[in-house]
Amino acid sequence: MRAPLSWIKDFIDLPSSLTADDIGKGLVRVGFEVEDVIYQGADVKGPLVFGEVLSIEEITEFKKPIRYVGLDCGEKQTRFVICGATNFVVGDMVLVALPGSVLPGNFAIAARETYGKTSNGMICSAKELGLSDDHAGIMVFDKEQVSSKDDVREKLQLDDIIFDIAVNPDRGYALSIRGVAREIAGAFDLKFNDPANQLRGLNFEKSGSGVKPKIDDKESASVFYLRTLSNFDSKATTPLWMRRRIEKMGMRSISLVVDVTNYVMLELGQPLHAFDRKKIKGDLRVARAGKSAKFVTLDGQERTLDPADLMVCDDERPLALAGTMGGLYSEITDETTEIALEAVRFNPIAIAQNSRRHKLSSEASRRLERGVDPCLAELASARFVQLLTEHSSAKHVETLSTGEAKYPVSFTINPAHVSTILGFEVSSTQILKSLQTIGCEVNESNFEINPPTWRPDLTNVSDIAEEVARIIGYDSIPSVLPNRPLHASLTPIQKRRRVIAAFLANRGFSEVLTFPFTNQKTIDEMGFVGSRASTYALANPMSDENPLLRVHLIPGLIEVAARNISRGAQDFAIFETGSIFRSTKKLDAFVNPDTSVRPGQQIISKIFESVPDQIQMVAGLLVGKREVEDWQGKSQSFEWSDAISFAQEILDLCHLEYEVKRSDLAPWHPGRCAELIVDGTVVAHAGEVHPRILAQYNLPARSSAFAINLGALPASTLVKPSRVGVMPAAVQDVALIVDSRVPALEVQEALREGAGNLLESIALFDRYDKVGDGKVSLAFTLTFRAEDRTLTGEEVSAMREAATNLATKRCGAIVRTA
Amino acid sequence: MNAQEIQGWIDSATAAFSSATTLDELKSARLLHAGDKSAIAGASRNLGSLSPEEKASFGKIIGEAKAVIADALTQATKRLEEARDQKMLAEEVVDITLPVRRSHRGGLHPISILKNDISDFFIEQGYFVEEGPELESGWLNFDALNIPADHPARTMQDTFFIEPLESGMVLRTHTSPVQIRTMLTKQPPIYVICPGRTFRADELDATHSPVFHQVEGLVVDRGITMAHLKGTLDNFARYMFGPDVTTRLRPSFFPFTEPSAEVDVFFNGRWIEWGGCGMVNPRVLKTCGIDTSEFSGFAFGMGLERTLMVRHGITDMHDIVEGDLRFTRQFGVGL
Repeated sequence: MRAPLSWIKDFIDLPSSLTADDIGKGLVRVGFEVEDVIYQGADVKGPLVFGEVLSIEEITEFKKPIRYVGLDCGEKQTRFVICGATNFVVGDMVLVALPGSVLPGNFAIAARETYGKTSNGMICSAKELGLSDDHAGIMVFDKEQVSSKDDVREKLQLDDIIFDIAVNPDRGYALSIRGVAREIAGAFDLKFNDPANQLRGLNFEKSGSGVKPKIDDKESASVFYLRTLSNFDSKATTPLWMRRRIEKMGMRSISLVVDVTNYVMLELGQPLHAFDRKKIKGDLRVARAGKSAKFVTLDGQERTLDPADLMVCDDERPLALAGTMGGLYSEITDETTEIALEAVRFNPIAIAQNSRRHKLSSEASRRLERGVDPCLAELASARFVQLLTEHSSAKHVETLSTGEAKYPVSFTINPAHVSTILGFEVSSTQILKSLQTIGCEVNESNFEINPPTWRPDLTNVSDIAEEVARIIGYDSIPSVLPNRPLHASLTPIQKRRRVIAAFLANRGFSEVLTFPFTNQKTIDEMGFVGSRASTYALANPMSDENPLLRVHLIPGLIEVAARNISRGAQDFAIFETGSIFRSTKKLDAFVNPDTSVRPGQQIISKIFESVPDQIQMVAGLLVGKREVEDWQGKSQSFEWSDAISFAQEILDLCHLEYEVKRSDLAPWHPGRCAELIVDGTVVAHAGEVHPRILAQYNLPARSSAFAINLGALPASTLVKPSRVGVMPAAVQDVALIVDSRVPALEVQEALREGAGNLLESIALFDRYDKVGDGKVSLAFTLTFRAEDRTLTGEEVSAMREAATNLATKRCGAIVRTA
Repeated sequence: MNAQEIQGWIDSATAAFSSATTLDELKSARLLHAGDKSAIAGASRNLGSLSPEEKASFGKIIGEAKAVIADALTQATKRLEEARDQKMLAEEVVDITLPVRRSHRGGLHPISILKNDISDFFIEQGYFVEEGPELESGWLNFDALNIPADHPARTMQDTFFIEPLESGMVLRTHTSPVQIRTMLTKQPPIYVICPGRTFRADELDATHSPVFHQVEGLVVDRGITMAHLKGTLDNFARYMFGPDVTTRLRPSFFPFTEPSAEVDVFFNGRWIEWGGCGMVNPRVLKTCGIDTSEFSGFAFGMGLERTLMVRHGITDMHDIVEGDLRFTRQFGVGL
């Protein structure tokens, strides 16, 4: 919302000591962010004059049209100027920057030779003067408006300070000069002269019968004023001061009728719409479209109406998309002589829906969907009649209205409550004064507050506390820490997640955070199928590239790896912790209970259950070499076993016992993938990434990955350590020949079980696969220890034999002799 | 054999030992002068053939001579071993400035580090860390926060909706639904912070990302005032931006707070918009079944990316979201 200081001054007597900077700070203090302050005219330096076009010589030998224009600038001689615009005729008044002028962008004007002529100045467009972005042509005026004797700066109100402020959705009233001026008055404790007051009780003489307003859909509007005028001469032009104000607000001057509707909207905040009365058949009604139909709006666009669209219709057809944009059919044209002016207090929700359905946000809809002061339907439409009859031949015919303005309801507060919300003592007098500043009527005896007509947002003591704090200044709020509660900590699950991340970071992994979006192609390429491939789709993705929610973390890691490789990285490890979104369930219909009370426990449970489970996963990707290669020579590549090792170490960190089994799962190599099982549940997969995927993303061969479903990990139990044995250990090595298809872990587990409970540890220290005949040799070190004694040679031999016997029995192992 | 002869053996032994330049030479000298075949060893063996008187006197002299020779040998050995060690150490000198072999340099993402850091700061003050789902019910994300359908506030946040639209599911636009979940499941006093990933349909550019992180705080207790909000934010701002930082509350609007404010920090010579805050709107407390005559609360929220960028002078969001290791590795595990 823009607010030119010159317009603000219509409603407040601003002391000259207040600078633009002060006013900007004042606006911020009362809650209006100042996005920009435009010092219009500051970078324009004279001499500027109005000149009458006396002659136009068209010069045709150039690519673009060029005019050599003779001007009467009130000088003794005709001044000749070259001009590239064509939107003017002899007799028009134009704005001329004489040599010596400087225009915005430090553009100095001088007499110069061009197109074979001497150009003695420049005819200006609004854009060249920094007045607007309108570059359609030069500024054209007529002789009634300006003369060559006028002071251009004054006539055009060239010098002005324009505040561009952000207005929060709860302060629709501030989308008007009236509203902004009131806020500035409040910020500096100045008297505010409400322009609405002059309009109250304004009556216009009835001279005929006008169009009748009707509200068919009672929910959609409270009050509808319809003022009919006749005898309008469409040659009437917009007064220069009005045109300039509209331009300063960032809008364009269009025609007198449209300009007056816009001017009144900008001044007071009530959008108005003017219809060509002759196009209206019967009454003018506020009604729902009721059926789907084509409708052409003012901007020439054909739109398909939704049956629920709120329209302004006559007896035969819809004429305007209510509160959003008028229709082309009934718009004001050069032939219009009779005007029906509509001013309605629409239901904000109806307008918001109109605007949303048609993706059409207009100056009108922006105001109406925030709620407009209900008294303005009457007052703003009166202002329209006042201005239009003053500046044209238009004559008031009849004013008719229907419905009744609904005003905010009064409520009572306990003034002490304001202090308990704000945390500092605010006296009743201060509260009273603040509330009066913003326009409330307050009964001093019981603090019954009657909010002003434009403040439907004031309904309870919290709203009042904000207003009081705003007017007193938020900087009065003291800084106090609440009494701290006794204690808090991370939950065990949160701690575990941190430990895992810290472990991986310390072991050389860099953490990445990827966007959780994907697409069907990636899901297919990774080889995900069934429930692991199904996910939820965004209704409005940023692009068609990634319209789905991710089903796994590894694809994102692969993409990041590929990006790093394309930027020159070679060897690295990365990991991510995050949610994945498999569509485990069909989404239920929206559970949307009333919010005025706490919904029942069943409804709350239903809402919680309507949200699908989102698996928390940690995944890592190992790319290239294990170590950075350097002058000391080659390093080994990461491989399947590294990925499995990291997955195992993470489970070890969590004190979880696990089994390792062969697996065949995408996106891993079907022969190089392990699954880790805790309490019968598969919780992790690890191994080499499928070579097809590695090739496709240009990742080094043998790159490996692991993924752990954090949600599937049981809680860690309290650690109960066994005593540390101090008796000597007995170490025995055994070598076994087994079929190469027998998993080494199975052999190890058989040895462990056979060895009995004095076996302290077992480790595979050699694997020899050149035995031949499809056999391998596995050599294990078995360490035995008893808590209470030194083991004898006989005991140890017996245990070793028991171990190998079981391995023989279970795995067909043959003990290898030297 | 006489004493003079024995003194001669001593002299030649000690001379040989001290003139030895290597341990090998010393070994030869030892065999010659102190070995089994040496003169003194022979004399020692011959003692048995002497008379008891001679045996006593020569025995003593030979014993003393042996001790002197042994001592000389020990000293020579020590000297030569030291020389050998010195030589070896000198030969083993390396260029310790050579680049040493290292495993890959890992690290946490700076957003995670910041999240942990902020969590710890609040945990220390008695706040629990609450989390919730990223794919969230629209009722929890909007309606329960007093953002009804078709309210202009709803369009302040460009929401990612999930198909089918009738499900009302969204990618949460803020971590505030976690506050609602907390208030629906726990009794006050509630002191929580809610860090997490959030989504808004903004194009990725230097300062925006469709996927970003927030940390929100919520306190619901008896007698909570806006002064407590200010105190908490001041404390937090000092922790984030240094002890001299000043904050400013500006009136603003959020449907879920009343009064509402923006919190700015004056950092590096200018005011930075840091986040939003306010007193929890009594309507929101009522929706969650909290007795507003007994309890009041405050809430605040800020973007982690924004905090990180302001604090560390990061000028482009792309560095934070692209996962380039050259960026992440600069942080290690601390900021």
